[in-house]
Amino acid sequence: MLSYIGRRLLLAIPTLLLVSVFTFSLQKLLPGDPVLVLAGEERSPEVLAMLRHKYHLDDPAPLQYLHWIGGVLQGDLGLSLKTDQPVTRLIASKLPITIELAILAMTVALLIGIPTGVIAAMRKGSAVDLGANVLALSGISVPPFWLGVLMILLFAVKLHWLPASGFVPLWEDPVQNLRTMLMPSLVIGAALAASLMRHTRGAMLAVLRADYIRTARAKGLLAPAVILKHAFRNALVPIVTLVTLLFGELIGGAVLTEQVFTIPGFGKMIVDAVFTRDYAVVQGVVLCVACAFVALNLLADVLYVLINPRMRVGA
Amino acid sequence: MKRIGPTLAGLVLLAAQLSASGASAASALKIGLQEDPDFLDPARARSYVSRIVFASLCDKLIDTTPDLKFVPQLAMSWTWSADNKVLTLKLRPGVTFQDGETFDAEAVKYNLDRYRTLPESLRKSEIASIDHIDVVDPLTVGLVLKQPDAALVAQLTDRSGMMMAPKATATGNPTAAPVCSGPFKFTERVAQDRIVLDRFPGYWNADAYHFDRVTFMPIPDTTVRLANLQSSGLDLIERMAATDVKTAQADPKLQVLSVPGLGFMTLEFNVTGDNAKTPMGQDKRVRQAFDLAIDREALNQAVYEGRYTPGAQPFAPASPYHLDEPVPARDVDKAKALLKAAGVSLPVTVKMTVGNDTNAQQLGQVIQAMTAEAGFDLQLQTAEFATLLSQSQAGNFQITMVAWSGRVDPDGNIHQFVTCKAGLNDMKYCNPELDALLNGARSVTDPAERKAKYVAAMKIIEDDKPITYLDFEPRLFGAAKTLHGFVPHPDGMIRLQNVTLDK
Repeated sequence: MLSYIGRRLLLAIPTLLLVSVFTFSLQKLLPGDPVLVLAGEERSPEVLAMLRHKYHLDDPAPLQYLHWIGGVLQGDLGLSLKTDQPVTRLIASKLPITIELAILAMTVALLIGIPTGVIAAMRKGSAVDLGANVLALSGISVPPFWLGVLMILLFAVKLHWLPASGFVPLWEDPVQNLRTMLMPSLVIGAALAASLMRHTRGAMLAVLRADYIRTARAKGLLAPAVILKHAFRNALVPIVTLVTLLFGELIGGAVLTEQVFTIPGFGKMIVDAVFTRDYAVVQGVVLCVACAFVALNLLADVLYVLINPRMRVGA
Repeated sequence: MKRIGPTLAGLVLLAAQLSASGASAASALKIGLQEDPDFLDPARARSYVSRIVFASLCDKLIDTTPDLKFVPQLAMSWTWSADNKVLTLKLRPGVTFQDGETFDAEAVKYNLDRYRTLPESLRKSEIASIDHIDVVDPLTVGLVLKQPDAALVAQLTDRSGMMMAPKATATGNPTAAPVCSGPFKFTERVAQDRIVLDRFPGYWNADAYHFDRVTFMPIPDTTVRLANLQSSGLDLIERMAATDVKTAQADPKLQVLSVPGLGFMTLEFNVTGDNAKTPMGQDKRVRQAFDLAIDREALNQAVYEGRYTPGAQPFAPASPYHLDEPVPARDVDKAKALLKAAGVSLPVTVKMTVGNDTNAQQLGQVIQAMTAEAGFDLQLQTAEFATLLSQSQAGNFQITMVAWSGRVDPDGNIHQFVTCKAGLNDMKYCNPELDALLNGARSVTDPAERKAKYVAAMKIIEDDKPITYLDFEPRLFGAAKTLHGFVPHPDGMIRLQNVTLDK
């Protein structure tokens, strides 16, 4: 198992290198000169040249890349063009917020998506199944920013139950933190729950048709035991894949939801950085998210084995 | 026993006073900004929102009133020498920076020299006329100029006039922890989330400020910013959308405060280079026709619900340099006649670059419809801010829509856009006669003399039409009804002097 994990980690290195090259090159393809954004209304050629030089933007692109990746290997992701803050510090301050939001949203999604998926599969074709499907479709179709604004208008403006924004870190005031995180978690969770429900239902339906389920039933096992112990456990593999992928996406930042609820996570930072052509921040965040994706994929593979012994390496 | 009565009465009175003062005034104020500010160092700052934060953090040498008059802040008075080449400032005594360092003439010299020489400084052009600074005595400083510069006093009312503590600035990190002499000192900044300032008890005018803490929160979406105000998450928001004013006015807990601003919207016509090889770029009659096809009041009604001020000049209504001329009316027949005289084949196809925000696109679409009636086929190209900026700077446009946040002095609203070698002259327009007038307006300090030069300059611009002006943006603020004493200024800055908030 350990050697398997080690091999996977080694394979991650070229993946991350490719990601870094792609991110860097894609940004260079974007129109717009970061120095002009940086200089504001000052257009004196000397000042522009000085800024270009300071941030190595006057070097040829490959040299800029090498300069940046050299820093990355030493744990230095560079300075933000917008504020001169080290990108590593920016990421360190945003990552906990993004992870917290991802965990909360995923919890909401799991609590809604899995049970409804299982029940819909058990009662395939019934009114319950139809209802769950309609709910899932609306969850996927409703744009999160629209749902977010509606929730703000209802729960913050009309009812005054929850704050519209005003994020507080978890360690400063846990209650207030959860109050500000509740609406965004529900908005993201609702959308995720929809796809989770659809996948759970599909996976369960496939498993419920399998021979061993019929055997289990024939043995006289009670329905809950068949569903939970035999069917659900086998249906879990595709669900785990989906959950880890969705979690990876959430680490990438729930861009629109973070904008609406002004949660200062990755999503808000990356949007801001792209618009101001803050290259170092974009590259740093994307690299960080890519690392998270690789780690989550690995985690999914390890989980498969734990869930389903048939998938053990060499088995 | 005798003394117990009065003592008790006194205690009751004291308790009543304490509870009254506790209940009446809030000690913290939360302000919603449209963007996250950039550097909090006046030398390097470029954004409008950073200037709003500076208004509480960093005092300037000179301030402006809502009717754009200059008033003392850190400088008590300023006088020009007879040849207009030395500006002498008398400084306010007894002022200290937020770290206790004394504010004096040496500090002024340090700051102005820093703005002039720091490699990353974005203030160089603003105070380029300064040759050197003479420290006359601890409270007198002389700014010796290379040539007369009437706009200099106005520059000292903005970032170039903001004074930072010399020792802390030289040895510390002014972008991460700025130390100035304003009524509130820097406490904390969380990128994209908040900037927190706390009361500076040693401020020279501390009695006029009533908050212990001021928090600035960037919330880009106007609807969400308003929702935060409605749910009491914020107490004051800047740049409320014109289309949100009705909603805010209907809310009994809110108030809308507005003043015609200094900022204006322009259309710039490319008149040199490859992109100017069009009828529009070559013939001023085509540009005049385009301008005549635009109905400014209709634009204002269609896009801004009538809350902007239509205008065809860069000098704001509040400015003493505002030209008392009526806004030119739309005249499609005259526009058609001009196109006919120019001998161009119709329709005249022309491309206009606009920003990707809703307002800019709506403006573009209405102008498209208006100019079509005169014989133009206006094609709109949208681009987000950074792209737009690069395209404009590279001369890669036929018409581009540019908004300017406006400056107190007329020079800051015209010179850098239309003089031959100016930094923001993206249309690369050059007319030596206009240069002479606008440079001349810098060299005289008498307002009447200056205004005459601006009137003459505008005549040339109106005829050549390298640029046309559409409207003045109002400064729209939304606030809780419980906020008192806030006066909106045309520059859009939030000055918290004498502002209070009921709990």
